[in-house]
Amino acid sequence: MRIESSDQFVAFQAEAKTREESRARKVLVCCGTGCLATGAKEVAEAFAHEIEERGLDVEVGLGLKSTGCHGFCERGPLVVFLPEGLLYTKVKAKRVPEIIEKTIIGQEIIPGLLYKNPVDNERIPAYEEIPFYKNQVRVAMRNIGRIDPTDLMDAVAHDAYAGLAKALFEMTPDEVLDEVETSGQRGRGGAGFNTARKWRSCKSAPGDRRFVLCNGDEGDPGAFKDRSIMEGDPHSVLEGMIIGAYALGANEGYIYVRDEYPLAVVNLQVAIVEARKAGLLGENIMGSGFDFDIEISRGGGAFVCGESSALMRSLAGKTGEPRAKYVHSTAKGLFDLPTVLNNVETWAGIGAIIHHGGAWFAAMGTKKSKGTKAFSLVGKVKNTGLIELPMGTTLRHIIYDIGGGVLKDRPFKAVQTGGPSGGCIPEDLLDLPVDYEKLTEAGSMMGSGGMIVMDDRTCMVDVARYFIGFLTEESCGKCTPCREGLKQMLGLYDRLIEGRGTDGDIEKIEALAAGMQLGSLCELGKSAPNPVLSTLKYFRAEYEAHIKDHACPAGVCRELTAFEIMDDCDGCHVCFKACPTDAIEGVIKEMHVIHHDLCISCGACLDVCPTDSIRTFPKIELVAKEVV
Amino acid sequence: MPTLTVNGRKVTVGDDVYILEACRAVGVEVPTLCNFNGLEPWGGCRLCVVDMSLAKWDDDWFKLVTACNHPVEEGMTVLTASERVLATRRVVLDLLLARCPETPLIQQLARDLGIEETSYELNPEPTDCILCGLCTRVCDHIGVSAIASTDRGWGREIAPPFNEPPPDCIGCLACAEICPTDHIKFSTSNVARTIWGKDFEMLRDPMTGEAVITKAQAEHFARRSGVPKTYFETSDKSKRLEVAKTFEKLQVIK
Repeated sequence: MRIESSDQFVAFQAEAKTREESRARKVLVCCGTGCLATGAKEVAEAFAHEIEERGLDVEVGLGLKSTGCHGFCERGPLVVFLPEGLLYTKVKAKRVPEIIEKTIIGQEIIPGLLYKNPVDNERIPAYEEIPFYKNQVRVAMRNIGRIDPTDLMDAVAHDAYAGLAKALFEMTPDEVLDEVETSGQRGRGGAGFNTARKWRSCKSAPGDRRFVLCNGDEGDPGAFKDRSIMEGDPHSVLEGMIIGAYALGANEGYIYVRDEYPLAVVNLQVAIVEARKAGLLGENIMGSGFDFDIEISRGGGAFVCGESSALMRSLAGKTGEPRAKYVHSTAKGLFDLPTVLNNVETWAGIGAIIHHGGAWFAAMGTKKSKGTKAFSLVGKVKNTGLIELPMGTTLRHIIYDIGGGVLKDRPFKAVQTGGPSGGCIPEDLLDLPVDYEKLTEAGSMMGSGGMIVMDDRTCMVDVARYFIGFLTEESCGKCTPCREGLKQMLGLYDRLIEGRGTDGDIEKIEALAAGMQLGSLCELGKSAPNPVLSTLKYFRAEYEAHIKDHACPAGVCRELTAFEIMDDCDGCHVCFKACPTDAIEGVIKEMHVIHHDLCISCGACLDVCPTDSIRTFPKIELVAKEVV
Repeated sequence: MPTLTVNGRKVTVGDDVYILEACRAVGVEVPTLCNFNGLEPWGGCRLCVVDMSLAKWDDDWFKLVTACNHPVEEGMTVLTASERVLATRRVVLDLLLARCPETPLIQQLARDLGIEETSYELNPEPTDCILCGLCTRVCDHIGVSAIASTDRGWGREIAPPFNEPPPDCIGCLACAEICPTDHIKFSTSNVARTIWGKDFEMLRDPMTGEAVITKAQAEHFARRSGVPKTYFETSDKSKRLEVAKTFEKLQVIK
């Protein structure tokens, strides 16, 4: 069916809602990339098979949905039962008949499949009672996990395209712009530029042809919010882009997705085809007379192509390299024409902003950072996954209340935010409310919303070296400070972690960092020193220990660290089995010994020791002992 | 016609002009390696950084920008030798000197800023290529695009496709001639020319017998311009002779 008027859309929406309500009970199987990797496809197929076999769709009105990412990837595959709101974690396909028997037919909960709260070991049946979900407020991710992303009708039943209908039939393009301005929304790609201001700047640029682009080239290590949105609710992205195009008077749009996101590409493609068929995309959208179409462009996997000018060059078929943006892309962007490029999460929020009103969005968040923000919470934290929270939530709340605290209850050391160009924030800033300004003040940034939690077994010099290493690989090499500077910076860090550091190295690092910040062409090079400067700011003593004492206080840097088994070893033999170089000697129930000549300081023994009987000490003491 | 101030001196320039040109107009030299008149500015080498303040900004607020590609604006103030401009330029040259320790041009530019030796780790494989991109850009400009930058970051280098003799190269030597460090090598004689590992046949002037142009270049130019190929294979000397002959004829008529 093709929707050709406002009334037809309302009728379609009513039909979709009726269909949704006709299913008294529902099974939602998470089929995001994380859960698919742990067997969600088989689980969904097993449910489908059982439902058909037993005729449950008719008998108990049971509906099955393969949804997008629920966010709690670590516990996948996840299955949610409605209307009970029950959540089963780590579901295996072979247990599906039992689940059908007991939970669907017998109305009985299987305790072993419930989520166990790591804080008090209590099992929680209800989805909404789990701290990980309870504390979230979802705007951009409003429908993810609730809808089948490949089913347009399901999305519409959950208010997809309601914002678009309102924009097209009740608002002028300028009113749409005003509404977005009222919302105060800022770009979710990291820089935090005001969305409405960007749109206005593009709209005022001369020319008849302009473009609306979506940046889905999410490349930060550990970040996956954009992927989950594109996979789990592609219609929210399309709707946002269509509304944006209507406000700007654009007729052409592109979504630039990295090719490493195959499911996102497929789901977006399906959504585009379905939306076109329904008259929600393409010519004469909903009979309003407005034309706009979207094409997908797949990126080749260069991190720098997430940078706006490099993305536009890549989209135009050229080498993905940034250019100076002294003339903004809103005036001279794709094919040198006026262009608006927004992040996936930014576009996903637009439909909701128009549907509920800008004031509704602006009521959430802080004074300068409105609304909610998606974060990928990873690292040494108990509950890893994807979350969305109002701006201004404290880091402590995110890590301890939602994340459940540090893994194995080890001491917290730092949280790295904003991807490879972000910074590390120490424990005494844990009460920092997360918004664009506060993170920047702390020497980090919002970036892609990645949050990597680190415990005391993390060496901050090593962490900075890791990010510098990543950026060295990903620098495009166009400008001198970034290309040559990162390589030299990496060399300086290698000296430190290998114990070859000398007095003056820290000052040299600082001078190079300043030169790169000021001299580099694009934000990749300008912000590359962030992990360096933030670790130097908060953990300078650790750098000095590497140079002056030739010691790694965290016991991580291999060249500087030796391992030793202490007296309280009960001879469990676990370390013996874990050691990759057979450097550990000992018989069961007797104290074990590490042979330093064979030990490669990998730390495998320390990680597995159940009695914490292995300690690290500076390797230099070992040399001193031998000399004596 | 905007008027701006460069190091305290007022200058009025054309509308579509970049800061670098305005600096040159008042005789202020700003070092650059990747800029070339006639090619679009690129902003890659980062040597031409200057401090810039717009009229609408606070008086003490300056931004570091590259002079080669930042458009001029009415009331703009430019400082080409502020402390941080020189500091940033020093970092850039120090890094380039570590990459190209044996390249005379880089040594000279570094010395101008007081750097005798690099403070960074020396490139184990010294090169003369500073990756300024002039060669690939001029090749694009001629409409050939036979060479390009390959790989990225530290691994970036200028090369023909697959490091094989480039099929599209016309042997015009534009890349070698524009190269500021003479990194691109070639050999040329009266009969043959070799560049990028590709051999070219030379066309000789029918009158003087001197080699003028490669056959591939004459064909490319003829195709692009619509001018007959014979025009390109005639040496300048022959062209002057032709003109001289017409003068002779004119005198005869008189």
